[in-house]
Amino acid sequence: MNFIILGAILFYALSMTGYLFYFFLQKDNLQKTGYYLFAAGFLFHSFNIFSDFKTLGVIPVLNLGQTLIFTGWTIAGVFLLFQKKYNLKILGIYTAPLVTLITAVGSCFPSEVATVDTLFKNFWLILHIITIFIGESAFALACGVGILYLLQEHAIKTKKHRFFLKRLPSLEMLDSAGYASIVSGFTFTSIGLAAGIIYAKLAWGRFWSWDPKEVWSVITWLVYAVLLHERLLAGWRGKKTAVMAIIGFFIMMFTFLGVNLLLPGHHGDFTKW
Amino acid sequence: MNPLSILLIGLNHNTAPVELREQMAFSTDEAKKAVNNLCLSGDISEVLLASTCNRMEILMAVKNRSEAVDTAKKCISRIKDILINDFEKALYVHEGDNAVRHLFRVASSLDSMMVGEPQISGQIKQAYHLAAREKTMGVILNRLMHRAFFVAKRVRTETGIGDHAVSISYAAVELGKKIFGSLENKSVLLIGAGEMAELAVEHLIRNKTKKIVVANRTFENGVELAERFNGTAIRYEEIYTSMVSADIVISSTGSPDLIITRAQIKKIMKARKNRPIFFIDIALPRDIDPAINRLSNSYVYDIDDLKDVIDENINDRNNESVKAERIVDEAVVNFRKWHEGLGVVPTIVALRSRIDEMADRELKKTVQALNLSENNIEAVQKMMGSFINKILHDPIIFLKKNGCNDNNSVYLDTVKKLFNIDH
Repeated sequence: MNFIILGAILFYALSMTGYLFYFFLQKDNLQKTGYYLFAAGFLFHSFNIFSDFKTLGVIPVLNLGQTLIFTGWTIAGVFLLFQKKYNLKILGIYTAPLVTLITAVGSCFPSEVATVDTLFKNFWLILHIITIFIGESAFALACGVGILYLLQEHAIKTKKHRFFLKRLPSLEMLDSAGYASIVSGFTFTSIGLAAGIIYAKLAWGRFWSWDPKEVWSVITWLVYAVLLHERLLAGWRGKKTAVMAIIGFFIMMFTFLGVNLLLPGHHGDFTKW
Repeated sequence: MNPLSILLIGLNHNTAPVELREQMAFSTDEAKKAVNNLCLSGDISEVLLASTCNRMEILMAVKNRSEAVDTAKKCISRIKDILINDFEKALYVHEGDNAVRHLFRVASSLDSMMVGEPQISGQIKQAYHLAAREKTMGVILNRLMHRAFFVAKRVRTETGIGDHAVSISYAAVELGKKIFGSLENKSVLLIGAGEMAELAVEHLIRNKTKKIVVANRTFENGVELAERFNGTAIRYEEIYTSMVSADIVISSTGSPDLIITRAQIKKIMKARKNRPIFFIDIALPRDIDPAINRLSNSYVYDIDDLKDVIDENINDRNNESVKAERIVDEAVVNFRKWHEGLGVVPTIVALRSRIDEMADRELKKTVQALNLSENNIEAVQKMMGSFINKILHDPIIFLKKNGCNDNNSVYLDTVKKLFNIDH
């Protein structure tokens, strides 16, 4: 545990408070404050990631603590980009607590790394890690947007919860933002899976080895593929997309962490602690 | 002598029953006559009269309060042909700060029956234009009215008072925006006719909806209505097919039964590829099956639902009005400062110090540039002092004499403007 990551967590937590106040009081300045605090947290966080990268020579995902911290970092980065493009002001109410939690939990694990395998310095592996993390961060945002969509839809349908109706953006906006994050998530995870398969061939001599992580990754990928397919052809939108985005995210979480912790396989190091 | 004092007499929905308010409503011609008559009386220098269905207000700058009130009452009684005794009890009289505050509150819709309703500021502007055309306002009321518009604008932009929908059509538009984001390029289907439905359509058009389609059991009526909205008319039987492309459906028919059922919409949603559709059911009894609201991506609001939305918005408005009152209080204080400064003595003092200040500044520059000796500086200072005295002598005499006369505020205000003396 070091002070830089503590700084990042502190700023994320402050940002979370800013967004909470924004949610209740609806003052644009509070949202801006939350956003800038979040960006400050991201700066600290980035510094931490890059200094780890420099000392280790590889992307710091060698144990569970590092992996979580890295996850928090990519979610934060994707959120900042997403915010710039969609200006979905309220999304911080989901992202700030999520990033704070992931990063804080990650920083509680011991960070010592025993050995650095030279295999980690392969181009395909680096590409695999980066794209998979970005893709999964986009799915995490899609899940958040989906939750907001369901809340807003519920408010409009039941005609009672004016509290949410007033505070959340329009269904159309949530739907298109959710769709956009699923499309980008899908694109990145597709690249990531392809890079992973190529790397498997280089490292272990075969593309596919029925490792549980591999199987679950493909299942996750298929869930999102079905979602996109149905949206384009059968016009799945609104509530269905939102529910699927949330379910997809939980399946992804299982693939990401559950498989490693519960089932044996060659991604073991990645979540060792 | 003191500047003219501000006096306001009037009645509103709180003090007068509707019958009396109807009796007291001034037409444009009557208002014209009233302001001109009042201005002719010696006690009243400036007048403005505003009359709406909920209120009648006469704003005046007067020399003598009680006489002005009497004159105004007599004038009302004469023009509206009503006994003073019949309306006297409903009248309120405000003076000075209270009058200013009352005007600001009225202009920013804080005193309205429906707090925050937007029409009032337009009505006050009309009253202002009438008085301006009739030249019954002077410096004081002019300034006061401009302040009132400014306060109204601040209240509208800085508080949530104007945000909330208080009419059925506002509420419908607000909900539409929560579903579709923007209403731009959305198409609207109007089934039937009726004042409220047409109002809602007009409101939607103002929000840049793309296409208006009108269906009516009597095709000719539909055509007529469609022309008014620059839309197209369709036959009543076509409504189901046209719902495939419509985004907002407003229904207001006299039909005793439901005209759109859940089963129909279920089919239509497939054809629409689940694009959201918003039904606004203004009819009583209802036209649209409420069960449609349970289908995904379709939303149904009937008249009761919209009324609930409105009730809650009214609540919010009342909360926001606390903020608005603070803005009004600030403005009242600022206006008082300006008004007090209109006195002759403060104006002369301000004028004198403004010139002295300029002279000092120039003197310093000259002294620095020329490197003068003590004696020379003193001489120059003396020269400047007597120069200023000579220049200001006549204007000050003039202000002292005319400033106390009839309409002193014009001269005082002009002097302030000429010399850029801060208000």
